[in-house]
Amino acid sequence: MSLTSQQPRADGPASGPRAPLGGSEVHVVTGVGATNERYKLPPRLFDARCKSCWFVFGLICLTIASFWTLDLKWAQFFGADALAKMGKFIGELLVPETSIKFLRKLWVASLETLAMSALGTLIAAVLGLALALPAAKTYAQDKARWRGITRLVLNALRSIPELVWAALLLISAGLGPFAGTLALALHTTGVLGRLFAEALENSPPTPAFALRTRGVSEARVFWYATLPLVLPQLMSYTLYRWENNIRAAAVLGVVGAGGLGQMLAFHMGLFQMGETSSILIAMMGLVALVDIASNVARRVMTR
Amino acid sequence: MATAQLSPQAARPRPALRDPAWTGRAFWMLAGLVLLWPMLVLTEFKPWTLLSKESVKPTLRFLGDFFPPKVEPDFLILVAKETWRTVAMATAGIALALLLAIPLSLLSVRVLSMSALTGRMAVLPALLRTLIRWTMIVLRSVPELIWALVFVRVVGLGPTAGVIAIALTYGGMLGKVYAEILESGEGHATQSLMRNGSGRLQAFFYSLLPQNAAELTSYTVYRWECAIRSSAVLGFVGAGGLGQMMDSSMKMFNGSEVATMLIVFMLLVWLADFASAWLRRQLG
Repeated sequence: MSLTSQQPRADGPASGPRAPLGGSEVHVVTGVGATNERYKLPPRLFDARCKSCWFVFGLICLTIASFWTLDLKWAQFFGADALAKMGKFIGELLVPETSIKFLRKLWVASLETLAMSALGTLIAAVLGLALALPAAKTYAQDKARWRGITRLVLNALRSIPELVWAALLLISAGLGPFAGTLALALHTTGVLGRLFAEALENSPPTPAFALRTRGVSEARVFWYATLPLVLPQLMSYTLYRWENNIRAAAVLGVVGAGGLGQMLAFHMGLFQMGETSSILIAMMGLVALVDIASNVARRVMTR
Repeated sequence: MATAQLSPQAARPRPALRDPAWTGRAFWMLAGLVLLWPMLVLTEFKPWTLLSKESVKPTLRFLGDFFPPKVEPDFLILVAKETWRTVAMATAGIALALLLAIPLSLLSVRVLSMSALTGRMAVLPALLRTLIRWTMIVLRSVPELIWALVFVRVVGLGPTAGVIAIALTYGGMLGKVYAEILESGEGHATQSLMRNGSGRLQAFFYSLLPQNAAELTSYTVYRWECAIRSSAVLGFVGAGGLGQMMDSSMKMFNGSEVATMLIVFMLLVWLADFASAWLRRQLG
């Protein structure tokens, strides 16, 4: 099935004379080398057998139903009151707070966010690898008894977002960056574990096979054959997740899990837009910085 | 011959089992530990607090409350309603994001530049395209949660803030990626259309769009899946949906309600994942 519209196709060289369609004057050359295309009318816009039409129809229905059932307050959003509020917000956002005392606090919070994301990713990489080993079936005779259950665990870890993890962990770890770090670590473990398991399964099996046939133990096969092969890929996945995690770490604080987000939620709650603006700038700067750093690291490592 | 070669080697003493690269390894290990220390301090990484008496008791009570999950019909109907709201928020947000992304990406695509046909793009169009690119970067680099936090202050609690937040962030994201997809393909057909006198929109609809339609649709479907996940989270700042309900249950330490909602949430994410994977496979 193709969801894009069907293109009229040329049918190859014609074998005999054909009646031109639509009364257009096409000279059909009979005999050798007649390569005229057969002229077809374009497909009709709607056709009961056209799956893409039904797909688009379903999509439109879903969209209309969505707008219909949500009590969206456009009047309120575009009303004079809201526009005035927005204007005031934006006006105040344009003047970031730059007092030394505040900037020092901002610096500490930025470092905290950076540390949260880095530590969370590190823990996740270690745990992810530990869970990826039982979740991967690396060779044909591998029984991989734990594969199903570990994959289930990884999927469960992965399908709960960082923010929900953070909100859950606040109960046992308390307010602060520790809960945020753990939340990042748990979600990322799920993501990385799955990616690592796939990388392990797709790695070339021959070096491991060569060692295994000589009776080398499984641990050594992993350290000396499989790991060196997949290590660059694992590193690249980890760096990619770190980029994602710095974004996540910045907002995690909104539920009280430390870092820039906590500061943001605090100052925005008090409608201190100058401070909010500085925090937003710091967030964007941090994200840009990590993007650049991880690009450089990737280039160095793949060189 | 082979044995003659082998025997002197076998007689040679075995090489010492030592790691030739141990200095490098030791250095990096130490450097890593030195870096790790301030990180542990900054994040207040104290795992033993998890095992302290003040934290173990409420945790166990909360977790114990998880089982059995709450399955009263009234509550389930409420959860179903909020789940639909989450999906609807994501869908409406993506629809509005498309309204934002399509014009922005069309305005910023370099392939559709008339002046670039003769070699270099003129100054004004180049400036306009850069400006639009920057706009999209700004829209995209502010996470949707922050947008939602701002709009909740403006329009009050409810899904409106969530829909606008998704529309803005995903508008920037989709616009940027659309522009990249459109530019990465073969530009020859488009350029020859424009060289022969067709307009930009004509060139877009007759060459650029058909070339890239599958990829564009596939990316949009993937983003819709992401939007469902993030719209569930947006509720935590008061933008309605499953997140808001989960937040209030968590604040009341109601484990059984949280358990039900977590299960529903996981099912929703898996369903969206599955639907999106199926659709993208169909696109080939």
